[in-house]
Amino acid sequence: MDDAWRERFRMRALQAVTKRAPYGNDIDLSEFIQTGRIATTIPEDVKRKSLEVGVDVGEVKSGTYFQLDHSVLLSRLASRIKGLELMPADLALGKYEWLRGYYWKALSVEQDKYTAMAELRQTKGYFIRSAANERIERPVQACLFIDTEGVLQAPHNIIIAEEGSELNIITGCTVGNRTKRAAHLGISEFYVKKNATVIFTMIHSWGEETYIRPRTAAIVEEGGTFISNYILIKPVRDIQSYPTAYLTGRKAKAKFNTIIYASKDSIIDLGNRIILMEEETSGESIFKVVATGTAKVYNRGQMIGQSKNTKGHLECRGLMLCPTASITAIPELIAEHSDTELSHEAAIGKLQEEQLNYLMSRGIQPDQAIGILVKGFLDPGLPGLPESLQADIRSRLSLLDRSGGGKKEPC
Amino acid sequence: MLLEVEDLHVSVERKELLKGVDLKVDRGEVFAVMGHNASGKTTLALTLAGFPQYTVTRGKITFDGKDITNKTIDERARAGMALAFQSPPAIRGIRLGDIISLAGGVNPWTPRPGDDMDLPKKMLERVNLEHSLYTNRELNVGFSGGERKRSELAQIFAMRPRLMILDEPDSGVDIDSLKVVGNSLREYISSYDCTVIIITHHRHILQYLKPTRVHIMSNGRIMITGGYDELMPKIEAMGYEQLIKEAVANG
Repeated sequence: MDDAWRERFRMRALQAVTKRAPYGNDIDLSEFIQTGRIATTIPEDVKRKSLEVGVDVGEVKSGTYFQLDHSVLLSRLASRIKGLELMPADLALGKYEWLRGYYWKALSVEQDKYTAMAELRQTKGYFIRSAANERIERPVQACLFIDTEGVLQAPHNIIIAEEGSELNIITGCTVGNRTKRAAHLGISEFYVKKNATVIFTMIHSWGEETYIRPRTAAIVEEGGTFISNYILIKPVRDIQSYPTAYLTGRKAKAKFNTIIYASKDSIIDLGNRIILMEEETSGESIFKVVATGTAKVYNRGQMIGQSKNTKGHLECRGLMLCPTASITAIPELIAEHSDTELSHEAAIGKLQEEQLNYLMSRGIQPDQAIGILVKGFLDPGLPGLPESLQADIRSRLSLLDRSGGGKKEPC
Repeated sequence: MLLEVEDLHVSVERKELLKGVDLKVDRGEVFAVMGHNASGKTTLALTLAGFPQYTVTRGKITFDGKDITNKTIDERARAGMALAFQSPPAIRGIRLGDIISLAGGVNPWTPRPGDDMDLPKKMLERVNLEHSLYTNRELNVGFSGGERKRSELAQIFAMRPRLMILDEPDSGVDIDSLKVVGNSLREYISSYDCTVIIITHHRHILQYLKPTRVHIMSNGRIMITGGYDELMPKIEAMGYEQLIKEAVANG
């Protein structure tokens, strides 16, 4: 593929390789390697592990994308699906010259060293596009799987929902059982056109020595809706991410739902920013976190009202299971117009004894009762999600409950 | 003897709320505990159920021949003691149907072969709650007074208890719900030969249950014990205070 056009991005990236991000620990990326596992079909152990993050390659979805380290092992639409495109992003950029206009448009390549490195050491990523007025009911599933010790995975995803279309995506990101130390820099750029809807659900299940720096932005046009659901339930070494939704057209909407079970010594620094740029735009961010072990969680949120009749709400609900964990909520409301209505609400506390006693009075043992309350606290009840997807997420949570992820850890 | 309470003294935050309660309940008996507000009725119920904030400072509770004074809430529940709460908490994210299953010993997320997956349906039907509407409802969230009481009964029926402690199952319910609560309790008790301690302020619910004995509590003690037909008309005519005064005067 002739990708001379990318040269200018590489040049800009080179300028930013040492630029520290404003939040999170600084990670030395030079120690992570480029060589990944080579495979032509999805190995059985990988298939099993990907189930943990909601990706079932045996299940009928609208389409499936599967990337193992740097190799795309599957990029296929279900039969009889119309109005949907799914392919590796590099192929799409070769196929459609116009797509180059979307590359590093929502995000800036020189945002920080992680966006820069993602460009310089880019490894695939997916392109998903729903055609105008097409309603893609069943979700498209994508898996970004790391399976090599010490590897740096840096996919660049581009998602476009054309005017009036609806797109539902579940992306699962995880590491193989043999991999301990790895890094993931996932770039995701969303373009939600006029009156289109994108529901994007991302489930992360990383290893205890993985470093994660996703960079995400969405541009939402008039009447468009962008819903992002993010779920993280397994321990991780260090994750930092701060996606931004730009509501550039009238009546555009964005909603972020974040569900975190922070355990062991994970460092989790997550936030999201919604910029209400046009009239009657609205945004909402709901962050639910359970913290145990010695996990440190930061929840940042920024709601910026820039136009008339805009409305934004930030919410953080934290449940502390262990005195050695910590949760820090840092909500920011920025009004840049007199006709904007912004609010935030944050509450952090421990399990309510009354609720625990109540469940125990039904004969439920204390450990199980705590697990049930934690699951209930995190239970998404995600508004705007189709029931099938909801059930899918719920089953992930109960899977974790069974494997001990939802249970109280010894402090 | 199913339950024996001897000289029970209970404190909460160093304040003594029960000041020596003695109680003997035989299998199959229906006991009513009555009395004005703050007389110790709910304290007695929650102490029997094992709530840790109610500290037993003296005395002993024996259930089915075993000393359970130091047993936890869940241990007592699994031993066959079930409490229907006066004001149960509402808990988001937890489905009523799942708790009914768990109360019946069925894990709804990891069922084993032979588990009765229809338990929520059967129990909800017993209390006239349409299972398709209530199984997936969040636990007590947005429930009316009557719905809460019925949800309590559906949960404790699933436990197949040998002793039911009902803390005001009739408070805050409308006349239709009262009928359902009364009838379903009567049916359950007669079908399973269950022993009952019922705390109430009103005669209406007792008409369904026909208590074998009525106790009147005051100031952390049981002051009067008698048969339902003998005591009830007196309570209605004189009120608790007058009745207790008279009893004290008569020694």
